[in-house]
Amino acid sequence: MISIVDYGAVNLGSIRNMLRKLELDSTLASTPEAIRDASKLILPGVGAFDHGMAALVDRGLVEPLREKAIEERVPLLGICLGMQLLARSSEEGDMRGLGVLAGDCRRIRPPPGGTEKVPHMGWNVPSILRSALLVEDFDPKARFYFTHSYHLVCDDPGDVVATARHGIEFAAIVERDNVMGAQFHPEKSHRFGMVLLKNFGAI
Amino acid sequence: MLKTRVIPCLLLKNGGLVKTTKFASPKYVGDPINAVRIFNEKEVDELVFLDIEATASGNGPNFDLLESISSEAFMPFGYGGGVTGLDQMKRLFGIGVEKVILNSALADDPGLVDRAAAMAGSSSVVASIDVRKSWSGRLKVCTHGGRRKQRLDVVGFARELQERGAGEILLNSVDRDGTMQGYDLDLVRQVSEALTIPVVAVGGAGELAHLKEAVDAGASAVSAGSMFVFHGRHRAVLITYPEYEELERLFE
Repeated sequence: MISIVDYGAVNLGSIRNMLRKLELDSTLASTPEAIRDASKLILPGVGAFDHGMAALVDRGLVEPLREKAIEERVPLLGICLGMQLLARSSEEGDMRGLGVLAGDCRRIRPPPGGTEKVPHMGWNVPSILRSALLVEDFDPKARFYFTHSYHLVCDDPGDVVATARHGIEFAAIVERDNVMGAQFHPEKSHRFGMVLLKNFGAI
Repeated sequence: MLKTRVIPCLLLKNGGLVKTTKFASPKYVGDPINAVRIFNEKEVDELVFLDIEATASGNGPNFDLLESISSEAFMPFGYGGGVTGLDQMKRLFGIGVEKVILNSALADDPGLVDRAAAMAGSSSVVASIDVRKSWSGRLKVCTHGGRRKQRLDVVGFARELQERGAGEILLNSVDRDGTMQGYDLDLVRQVSEALTIPVVAVGGAGELAHLKEAVDAGASAVSAGSMFVFHGRHRAVLITYPEYEELERLFE
């Protein structure tokens, strides 16, 4: 059973539908108790960093999420903003992140004179840097849908599983033990995203 | 990855999927959710939904239907139809709509683009321009499903919307809509040359060669309706989409 953290006005329909298609059971977790009961967690998210963190704080979900990730070491997958919330901080906001992955989020700053716009919005083909649980059976041409203005910079480059380019090279998939993240939206990336969610489901 | 986006443009009316000809005589072509499932199977990278009743009826967007579409769609999609204010847009983004498409409201309130871009960022705001050609060949902006003519110069209006912060322009030819005779390349060329933001051509595509023509005329992306919902001379309803490799070869 995968518990999807439900902490605000984000449509979780397509994630749930994709999991259903993969025959993976999912449930929504919006309370500290529901998080504590979870054996596997997905943290979705769109919008601004502080807005997302404030919603987690308001619902009392920060400590339960940290306990699950750090002490119980249950698999935790952050998606898009959800991946950035795993970090210690973000240039986008003043609030502290969950701090379950050693890193900080920075704004995408394409080199001057380039044509790349921020936010990075559209399909992109990441390069896989190393083997990891999330990227098993990956099609080398796998494309994913991205929409973000910030990116996660890990203290340990070894935590980065795949990078993509948009003016700069940035982390597209991260994985350190039980804590994982995808900067793109697997639920809006067809069978390519399905493979990632299937791999997460199989952990 | 495709260098050029090829976007099915799907029209909604009373909760069903329809296809028009020259913005008139909507023909029912099926259930939108079923269409989304087929486009999922075809691995289409982006969809556009335009509700052609939402402005005329005064009801605005059908949020329930869009929520169902968003839950089913394993790809991003844009939505246009009856969007007049920021509250609606917030709700649409919350539902999971990636891009909001503005059209009729812009004739009286072009500043809506500024406010939308300030709230959501330019990348999420598409301005749609419907164009009719007069008998003398002059290009005229029209709104409200093509029914209302505006005293606006097409290129000038497109430039204004770009300056106000539109992330892209969806450029629709009323005269070519549903004809499958090819895009109005003159229109595509004029507007593309005048803008720096992407121009998405729509209206008239009937075969792959038409898509290529629009790109050669300056379109950054192409969109089509009939081509993806009709099949054959008798326009039998068939939701379809070219093979990915076929499109890759087309835009090589």
